[in-house]
Amino acid sequence: MVGAAATVWPLVAQMNPDAATIAAGAPIQVDLTPIAEGQDIKVFWRGKPIYISHRTKKQIEEAQKVPLSSLPDPQADSARVKEGHDQWLVVIGICTHLGCIPIAHEGNYDGFFCPCHGSQYDSSGRIRQGPAPANLAVPPYSFVSDTKIQIG
Amino acid sequence: MSGPSDFQPSNPALKWIERRLPIFGLIHSSFVAYPTPRNLNYWWTFGAILSMMLALQILTGVILAMHYTPHADFAFKSVELIVRDVNYGWLLRNMHAAGASMFFFAVYIHMFRGLYYGSYKEPREVLWILGVIIYLLMMATGFMGYVLPWGQMSFWGATVITNLFSAVPYFGESIVTLLWGGYSVGNPTLNRFFSLHYLLPFVIAGVVVLHIWALHVAGQNNPAGVEAKTEKDTVPFTPYATIKDAFGVSCFLIFFAWFIFYMPNYLGDADNYIPANPGVTPAHIVPEWYYLPFYAILRSIPNKLAGVVAMFSAIIILCFLPWLDSARTRSSKYRPLAKQFFWIFVVVCIGLGYLGSQPPEGIYVIAGRILTVCYFAYFLIVLPLLARIETPRTVPNSIADDVLAKSKGRAATAASVVLALVVAGGLFAGSTQNARAEGGDKPPAQTWSFSGPFGKYDRGALQRGLKVYKEVCSACHSLSYVAFRNLADPGGPGYSEAQATAFASEYKIKDGPNDQGEMFERPGRTADYFPAPFPNEQAAAAANGGKAPPDLSLMTKARSYERGFPQFVIDFFTQYQEQGPDYVDAILQGFEDKPPAGVTVPEGTYYNKYFPGHAIKMPKPLSDGQVTFDDGSPATVKQYAHDVTTFLMWAAEPHMEARKRIGMQVFVFLIIFAFLMYFTKRKVWADAH
Repeated sequence: MVGAAATVWPLVAQMNPDAATIAAGAPIQVDLTPIAEGQDIKVFWRGKPIYISHRTKKQIEEAQKVPLSSLPDPQADSARVKEGHDQWLVVIGICTHLGCIPIAHEGNYDGFFCPCHGSQYDSSGRIRQGPAPANLAVPPYSFVSDTKIQIG
Repeated sequence: MSGPSDFQPSNPALKWIERRLPIFGLIHSSFVAYPTPRNLNYWWTFGAILSMMLALQILTGVILAMHYTPHADFAFKSVELIVRDVNYGWLLRNMHAAGASMFFFAVYIHMFRGLYYGSYKEPREVLWILGVIIYLLMMATGFMGYVLPWGQMSFWGATVITNLFSAVPYFGESIVTLLWGGYSVGNPTLNRFFSLHYLLPFVIAGVVVLHIWALHVAGQNNPAGVEAKTEKDTVPFTPYATIKDAFGVSCFLIFFAWFIFYMPNYLGDADNYIPANPGVTPAHIVPEWYYLPFYAILRSIPNKLAGVVAMFSAIIILCFLPWLDSARTRSSKYRPLAKQFFWIFVVVCIGLGYLGSQPPEGIYVIAGRILTVCYFAYFLIVLPLLARIETPRTVPNSIADDVLAKSKGRAATAASVVLALVVAGGLFAGSTQNARAEGGDKPPAQTWSFSGPFGKYDRGALQRGLKVYKEVCSACHSLSYVAFRNLADPGGPGYSEAQATAFASEYKIKDGPNDQGEMFERPGRTADYFPAPFPNEQAAAAANGGKAPPDLSLMTKARSYERGFPQFVIDFFTQYQEQGPDYVDAILQGFEDKPPAGVTVPEGTYYNKYFPGHAIKMPKPLSDGQVTFDDGSPATVKQYAHDVTTFLMWAAEPHMEARKRIGMQVFVFLIIFAFLMYFTKRKVWADAH
């Protein structure tokens, strides 16, 4: 029994990401200075697109104003950005429904629109409408300085 | 396959083998002496058709694997090289790609036949469940095979389908990472899919053996749904069933060949001629047509986990069919209500297929929900209920009685065949209609010399188009799959070897490193490919306002537009597969200096009448008088657009002339062969009716 399990383990475990893939998934640093207000960039980390949005005043207000009770996956905007860096939204640009890449600045909520199955996210990356069950994930990141973040 | 055979070969060598391994007896009892009901109709030939398709898919697949490279950087290119450079590679690839669709088409008919005639009922439950397992394996194999060309639809299809497993509570994310072998779909995913795509067909073949074994234990069902009782009810498998199957197979091959030779891209998605790009999701992700009904079920449920569960249940529910439908009468022929509900169910399935191809919004979602409810209601409410309330008509005493009665009522059979053909046509047509991004005018249909069964490229247009490409398009667009040698290929622009060599030598090609370790430039040779205008995609994007100009090698196949009903049905018969050229031609002519009143396009883009969304990054590329032709053709944008589009169609389908020529020969052969089979069949069956 133990022998069989020990034999099967490597056969299954080999399917997980290999050492080189894990090494390539190390943290990256992104300089925020070139991103103007209202613009966003897409960087890749671990093969995943990460949207870094420099939000406008209007977008921040909209995100903070929404009553949490009206959200399918309630989460305050302050919990999705770093304190004192309200203008920066960093989210993994992968729809939580089936993994497509939502388009920024589209949809009815001033946020993201997923073209595959019609999920719509707001300017905080929270799901507002459509089949997706959860908000766009926030990757682990921290501010190295005011204009530089480290993702991972 | 039941019991030892009394077959004894007369040849002494065969006798020697037979005593040690009774294989000839097995073959004889299974495929020669095996009694088949004498009233089987042509719906029963799909078993043989499916066996042939499986063998053909394995054969072409093994050959393609000899030329294919399962690596994220080379997979797309290696498929293109198979089609362009491998001898008859285009034929093998078309057979394999269209073969997958044909395989599913045949399996759906086979399944609906089983459903209609109650072939799942006692004592054939295991036979039916084995069939459902084969179907599931086919779906897995087909899905993984579709990923291998590594186009946009391959990549995003793989992303969406593997993400289905993320709906599993708690372990979802870990399972998906395990499937990917990375943090997203990537090279490890492609490699393991290739490995499994090679493996699963042989697993299918194994289950098919069990399926046939179970069939030979229980005996075949038949349209009357009564068991064979006496020898009068059956005929020996050979020659009766063999010849009938041979005729059915030859008719199916005609249908199949139509796709291979004339409509190779009809069932495919244009987006899959764009190499996989993890950074851009296509506007509409649409699976291959054979998954569409289940995709529609997935999308019609607003909750992710519930949607995935519903989709898988829609298939798994088939396993329980023998117990859900407890009616004693097998064949729907004698069940007036079940018969009507069966056809409603067929329409529901086709409707779901249509909805699966449409964007998930508004009325489509609501219709999808209604049909999803209908789908499950058929199995969970209608069938169990009918078994209790329906009064079946009298079933014939024996198969022999049924045959006698049937010789009077041929018209009904003919009508049902016609109806089935219409339904099948609708199934195909509905499924191929892929929703495209909206917001562009429909390109006007053009007359192309290469359309139709005898279509050929206009040599003059190819040569002029090449000139337009060289003098205008090549400043920004690469043509990386076309080599200078191709200019002298038969069915191409018609240049001689010497002319192609001269043409190539005008180019400077970067080569190296030399012995000093430095890169150097040399004149082009015919083996070289058209050099790209930019060293890499980033440079191309930076020089063109942030959007790299796409490669043009496959442009006429990678772009398409919705033809709309009923045009796409007519297209199937007129072989109007060339949506791409119409679109490319229209884009080149669709620039307008001033957008119409009320329309503004963003800065850095230009208004184009036919471009989806109208705002295109490419400035107007052609203007009158820009290129001069030696043959006196008018130097107008209209002429340029037409010629360069013809040239690009050739670049995308360089073997089209050979394909159509061989196709015609195959057709003549198959039609004669089918006729011969038909008359042989009539002769063989003359005494059995």
